Amino acid sequence: MNPLPLVAVAGSPNAGKSALFNALTGARQKVGNYPGVTVERHSGRLTLGDGRPVELVDLPGAYSLEPASPDEEVTRDVLLGKQKGERQPDALVIVVDASNLDNHLRFCLQLIELGHPTIVALNMVDLAARDGLLLSPQIVSQELGVPVVETVAVRKRGIAELHEAVDNMLSSPRCGVHRRVKTDLIHLQRRAREIATAAVVSETPVRRWTHRLDAILLHPIAGPIILAALMFLMFQAVFAWSEIPKAWIQSGIDWLSAITTATLPVGLPRSLIVDGAIAGVGAVITFLPQILILFFFILLLEGTGYMVRAAFLMDRLMHGVGLSGRAFIPLLSSFACAVPGIMATRTIDDPKDRLTTILVAPLMTCSARLPVYTLIIAAFIPNTRVVWGVGLQGLVMFGLYIVGIAGALLAALALRRGVLKGSSGGFMMELPKYQWPPLKDVAIGLLTRVQIFLKRAGTIILGTTVVLWALASIPLAGPGQKQSEVSIAGHIASGIETVVKPIGFNHDIALALLPAMAAREVAVSAIATVYSLDSTDEGGSKKLEDRLKHRWPLPTALAFLAWFVFAPQCISTIAVTRRETNGWKWPLFMISYLFVLAYIAAGLTYWTAVALGL
Amino acid sequence: MNAPFHPEPTSLDLLAMGTRARIATIDWAALDSGEARRLQHFGFDEGVTVEPLHLGPFGRDPIAIRVGRMTVAIRRKHAGAIRVTPLNK
Repeated sequence: MNPLPLVAVAGSPNAGKSALFNALTGARQKVGNYPGVTVERHSGRLTLGDGRPVELVDLPGAYSLEPASPDEEVTRDVLLGKQKGERQPDALVIVVDASNLDNHLRFCLQLIELGHPTIVALNMVDLAARDGLLLSPQIVSQELGVPVVETVAVRKRGIAELHEAVDNMLSSPRCGVHRRVKTDLIHLQRRAREIATAAVVSETPVRRWTHRLDAILLHPIAGPIILAALMFLMFQAVFAWSEIPKAWIQSGIDWLSAITTATLPVGLPRSLIVDGAIAGVGAVITFLPQILILFFFILLLEGTGYMVRAAFLMDRLMHGVGLSGRAFIPLLSSFACAVPGIMATRTIDDPKDRLTTILVAPLMTCSARLPVYTLIIAAFIPNTRVVWGVGLQGLVMFGLYIVGIAGALLAALALRRGVLKGSSGGFMMELPKYQWPPLKDVAIGLLTRVQIFLKRAGTIILGTTVVLWALASIPLAGPGQKQSEVSIAGHIASGIETVVKPIGFNHDIALALLPAMAAREVAVSAIATVYSLDSTDEGGSKKLEDRLKHRWPLPTALAFLAWFVFAPQCISTIAVTRRETNGWKWPLFMISYLFVLAYIAAGLTYWTAVALGL
Repeated sequence: MNAPFHPEPTSLDLLAMGTRARIATIDWAALDSGEARRLQHFGFDEGVTVEPLHLGPFGRDPIAIRVGRMTVAIRRKHAGAIRVTPLNK
């Protein structure tokens, strides 16, 4: 079968490339990976006038064909037909920001030289007009020698015209591709400026929105205060907004569990479904709302252009511990999940800066820790008010985040003084114009995350929960014996227990730690499964919090929290670290130093709590 | 009597906020190849007009600079490699 014609969408960063890609292909996109590198490959379909389908691929943004990052390398290699796992594109759509032609036409000129059939999308013409800049697409087209279509991707303006132009381009006969790259950037840049100047029809100076906003948001005093307030709002929202949907999901799971218990006869299959699958996966699914809210904020901060400003504000402080402001974005993303966070370090040019960021990213409190934290806090920390509007539970949660951040900064400092010694690299970033991201693009981003989360719940988490259920159910406990001690899992846990007993961990925790290596939230489902098996009441009607309260002393619970601030319990993070660092050396290093930190932190917490008589 | 405006060339990191200037020379040798390439990507070139806009809140670093039609942030030490001639307002 002939592969579909491939059209690559290319352009400089902040040209609105992804919005244009979304507008052309709609929500049905495939996200994959280029083999050997962790650069995501976004592709979608377009149907031509005669019904022929075309594959569209969204290339990572690049400033030129001389790459300064792994993303830009992929872009170059795809365009030159040298990328493994990708065929040579049949045509190009180059996206340029109408209000930044001086810069974007440089890459555009370089791409046109390659000789692919090409269309240029003169994007964001509305924002240019708002800034008082009117351009002539005819002149740009004349100077470049390729068709130019004016678009406003976020409002779907010009998309039909662009679609038609792609249609025409693929219907006309093709000429060969040169693959000759012009590398004289300075010369290309000067030519770009000439064309950009020639294309201006009129320019009225207006006070630009972006500058007005920057005057406030980058203000030396107001800027950091606003950033801190935004971060506080974000974490507040993660907890406050999620309560109602969380309760819905919980009651749905309870209902399912009750129905299954009532329908199936007593026996192993029922136990597998109710105690294993429903209790285990259910315990994790209830955290979907919190994860969604966190990702929503991160996508919004990225989409509006604020995230780069945050990096600007934080650069000097990050520089102080041997990181760059660029690390702020990966580290902030790591609050959602360390995996995309670590992947986002690809934008850090300096190898040592990047490696340090990767190694400390797991210390950021990812959303998978939320189930663990929430459960323990709900069970052990009284829901009292400290001062108006601030509860003790919320304060403890905030404290755990702070400990994670402080741990990351100290670890970075230690790494830069020790194994990763050397001068740190630079910080060079474009501050794009502020814009309101189309909600559809945010929705597409969220949808992708939901899919990944549910896939994980359905595979890794379900799998480990079921295996744990089996190990924890066999052999069956006799009368007067506890299931969690007699079973195979119980015996394995007894082995782990000898190691973790000094830091206050009991048998149940030892049992939960092993499967939680797959993913942290499995600790919750593991505890749920174990107590569900141990319980004599039908259907596990008693809440997990209440069960814990009676079985764990307070110092143990606090030590358990401290453990999870540091412990590298996540297979996906370890796997992505291996991929990003091309070997086992750094992931192994990461696992060891984090386990040592976790053990020390849990121990200190336990011993202090016991000494204080808690 | 209006004295003709004869600004002294200075380096970009010493330029006051909001002062427009034209790039006279860039000491490419003071930058490593990756940094130099990024500056070129951002459009830094002799004859281009630049304007420092904002300073980082801690230690007055990094500097947000308008170059051509875009705004970029670079560290103070890199701005030091760029010599500029202030423009008459």
